[in-house]
Amino acid sequence: MISCAEAVRKLWEYLDGLVDDAERAAVEEHLSVCRRCCGELEFAEELRSFLAAHGDEELPPDVHARLAATLNELEGR
Amino acid sequence: MTVDATRTEDIDPADAARRRFRALAEPELPRLYRLARRLVGDEAEDAVQDCLLNAYRKLEQLEHDAAAPAWLTRILVNCCRDRHRRRARQPLEVAVEDVDQFSLYRKLADEDPFPYSDSLHLDFLHRFGREDVQAVLATLPEHYRAPLLLVYVDGFLAKEVAQMTKTPLGTILARLHRGRKLFERRLWDYAEANDMLLEPVA
Repeated sequence: MISCAEAVRKLWEYLDGLVDDAERAAVEEHLSVCRRCCGELEFAEELRSFLAAHGDEELPPDVHARLAATLNELEGR
Repeated sequence: MTVDATRTEDIDPADAARRRFRALAEPELPRLYRLARRLVGDEAEDAVQDCLLNAYRKLEQLEHDAAAPAWLTRILVNCCRDRHRRRARQPLEVAVEDVDQFSLYRKLADEDPFPYSDSLHLDFLHRFGREDVQAVLATLPEHYRAPLLLVYVDGFLAKEVAQMTKTPLGTILARLHRGRKLFERRLWDYAEANDMLLEPVA
């Protein structure tokens, strides 16, 4: 069976569906007997949602105004 | 049959096309700008301007309005690639601390910054506001930050990121792996530096 270090290294790829069948089976076998790595997996899922919710960058108002001005100019051609 | 002159003006095809373009492009500006920030950093605004001009010239190629978001994305990605080529440089591979063995989950469990909490790990994340996360992300080198955000915030697949950035898929996967670890490490460092960890009760 794979070690905790190997399982943890594969967790995000596992969540992203980027592992092959053999790797998925190896991670799942490890998770079935290792409570700590199940915690790691849950936390990796939380961290992914957290990044998705907080990583968004706003369009600064001055940039928006300049891009809208370009659209105005194109519309008026 | 007589043609109503006013009516003819109302349906002037060029005028209609210009209005159509505006209606399609304006709602996409925030998304296009965000994508350009990932791909060309400080040149994002110029890249979006290039994209708008190119798209306007090629508007007749767009057959269905529903395809406009994907069509604009393709044009923007090409504009960003052109900028990359003109800059003629690859992202700088800066040395970062060794983070391969770092696990924020284990670090939190070992250091136990919030004793008596049943939700230690979530408590840690809840201390971060949007500005804190932006500050942490800003510390990541561009070639780690961009794939991380393109995949986990914008929802692109790793292979799409590889195509957009003309980078081998293996390199993108390696950068995603390292970028995630670095993000975890820098969250911890930021929390420590900004007194976001509570002292254990004596």
